[in-house]
Amino acid sequence: MAYRAVLQRIAGALPSLIGVVIVTFLLSRALPGDPAAYFAGPAANAASVQQVRESLGLDKSWPEQFWRYLSDLSHGSLGHSLTTGQSVVADLVQRLPASMELTFCALIFAIIVAVPLGVLAAARPDSIVDHLCRALVTMGAAFPTFFVALLFVYVFYYVLGWAPQPVGRLDEIYYTFPSEVTGFLLIDTLIAGDFAAFRGALAQLILPTVSLGLFALAPIARMTRAAMLAALGSDFVRTARANGLAAGTVLFTYAFRNALLAVVNTLGMVFSFLLGSNVLIEQVFGWPGVGSYAVSAVIASDYASVQGFVLLMAVAYVLLNLVVDLVAGLIDPRVRFGG
Amino acid sequence: MSAPPLLDVDGLTLDFRTRAGRVKALDDISFSVQRGEILGIVGESGSGKSVSAYAVMDLLDGNAEIRGGTMHFGGADLIERDRAAVRSMRGREISMIFQSPRTALNPIRSVGRQIADVLVRHGPVPRRQAKEKAIAALRKVRIPDPERRYDAYPFELSGGMCQRVMIAMALACEPMLLIADEPTTGLDVTTQAVILDLIRDLVDNSRMAAILITHDLGLAGEYCDRVAVMHAGHVVETAPMAALLGRPAHPYSAKLVAATPSSAASIDELASIPGNLPNLLRDDLPYCRFCDRCDRRVARCDTEPTPMTAVGEDHLVRCWSPL
Repeated sequence: MAYRAVLQRIAGALPSLIGVVIVTFLLSRALPGDPAAYFAGPAANAASVQQVRESLGLDKSWPEQFWRYLSDLSHGSLGHSLTTGQSVVADLVQRLPASMELTFCALIFAIIVAVPLGVLAAARPDSIVDHLCRALVTMGAAFPTFFVALLFVYVFYYVLGWAPQPVGRLDEIYYTFPSEVTGFLLIDTLIAGDFAAFRGALAQLILPTVSLGLFALAPIARMTRAAMLAALGSDFVRTARANGLAAGTVLFTYAFRNALLAVVNTLGMVFSFLLGSNVLIEQVFGWPGVGSYAVSAVIASDYASVQGFVLLMAVAYVLLNLVVDLVAGLIDPRVRFGG
Repeated sequence: MSAPPLLDVDGLTLDFRTRAGRVKALDDISFSVQRGEILGIVGESGSGKSVSAYAVMDLLDGNAEIRGGTMHFGGADLIERDRAAVRSMRGREISMIFQSPRTALNPIRSVGRQIADVLVRHGPVPRRQAKEKAIAALRKVRIPDPERRYDAYPFELSGGMCQRVMIAMALACEPMLLIADEPTTGLDVTTQAVILDLIRDLVDNSRMAAILITHDLGLAGEYCDRVAVMHAGHVVETAPMAALLGRPAHPYSAKLVAATPSSAASIDELASIPGNLPNLLRDDLPYCRFCDRCDRRVARCDTEPTPMTAVGEDHLVRCWSPL
């Protein structure tokens, strides 16, 4: 039953993936600048630029280029990056864990703060917690992430000196990278038993996590509060109260589980926002993730890398929606049975 | 009439604080329920029927304020007693069922688990036995195949079945009083009869009492022993059912009785009561809140508050010029 549902959702995602492949192709062709000229270098003359263009296949018509792109894709190749000289797949695989680790940490931070805040704000309307929730939501929504990130770096690194230098995931002067198992430094350092490196990686993570998480916090807290208010005002919560169920049971087993459905859907959305905001945060903190990779690729008109990055994000988004659907099914029997 | 009543509400006055001002939702209302009887509370929408029940259950919104009166249940004071004690009585000694049963049940929890939750909360029922007891509760309200229904979700059941589940939940701990707030609104007529027959049987076969809140005097007439008629936050008349239907004393009750269609009535014969409820936000509410709609109004109606006066055995009316 569940197995079939998963297959159905994956099949349902196929058309959007095909659309994404087409759109990424067109978008990366629409980038301003001539990749051949960039690749050939400033000293190149027209003939050598033309030579590069031919070797890259850029002199072919768009349908022909698209066909080549598709056949490469079917072999699992996203082409070669013009700037790093490596295959785009290798680049992305190498950099993805950094972004994922940051995004997951930010999301977990946001959930840990926002969900209890939203629940308490709804359980005690107009209390201090409610006002705190409102203030945080407004702030989180009002300040752009890169601004918060720069502010944090200025205050906590430059002025107070509490945070380590924003030089990426781990300061290589003091620590050695653990051998890669999961690609997540927090986990890999623990596997290697290198607690000093673990602390180092954690210290590097805190500021970017909080600045990214603050941005995710607002929608989660607001949605949790709204969904909890709706659930607490519902007929079935009144029934639960009329039957004398304990306040905790009413709040968590009855109201919160019903509110969770809306919260999980919001989480899916927020996660995809985070993937986008990563681009800015990674720039500020020198984070070697896919976001900063994409920024340099766009600047360099490195179309294969941009194409690969957008495709990766789209696939991540589709997978994410799949997970959200499945979790929603776990929470709500009406979704599960397609009722 | 010698035994003390199971529930005794006396002179209850209740306001809602709103942005627009105070809504005088209940004013000096009194009614009582004896063990083993069904009291009907009848009146049009907005007359304060449900609010009275919510006050007894301590389910009122935060902006409600009880300004006077007393409520006693089985001798215990419901207003003076601390909240926790009243709340622990809910579901165990007084239970309530609501209209639109499908939304009144938790949509994502199986109906059996919801009943088990109530059992575990109140009874010395260990979790393992709760399932058995919940199935027994489902069987008691004549739900066919209760073992299978235990795992059903509300959306898989019909409205009538959901209302039976609600009743099963409300009665799981064998309360002394069941308050049914428009329990059959939104159900079709045959299901309505089944549900109300079920409540009547449960009252007749145990020492339980019930309050049936309805806007349908005809329905109340079929199932209730006594009745309290409410209008705009006042109880205007309380009487044994037969006395009210036979000799209504308050002009409003008389019009309600006249407006209750018999099965033979055609659509042209349906009567209505002219006028509307007064705006309960007004500060200058008349002593009798029906006087603007009344054709028996006398000078005294405007000058003196109307007391509840006896016009027969167990028959009280709040009117200066009763029928």
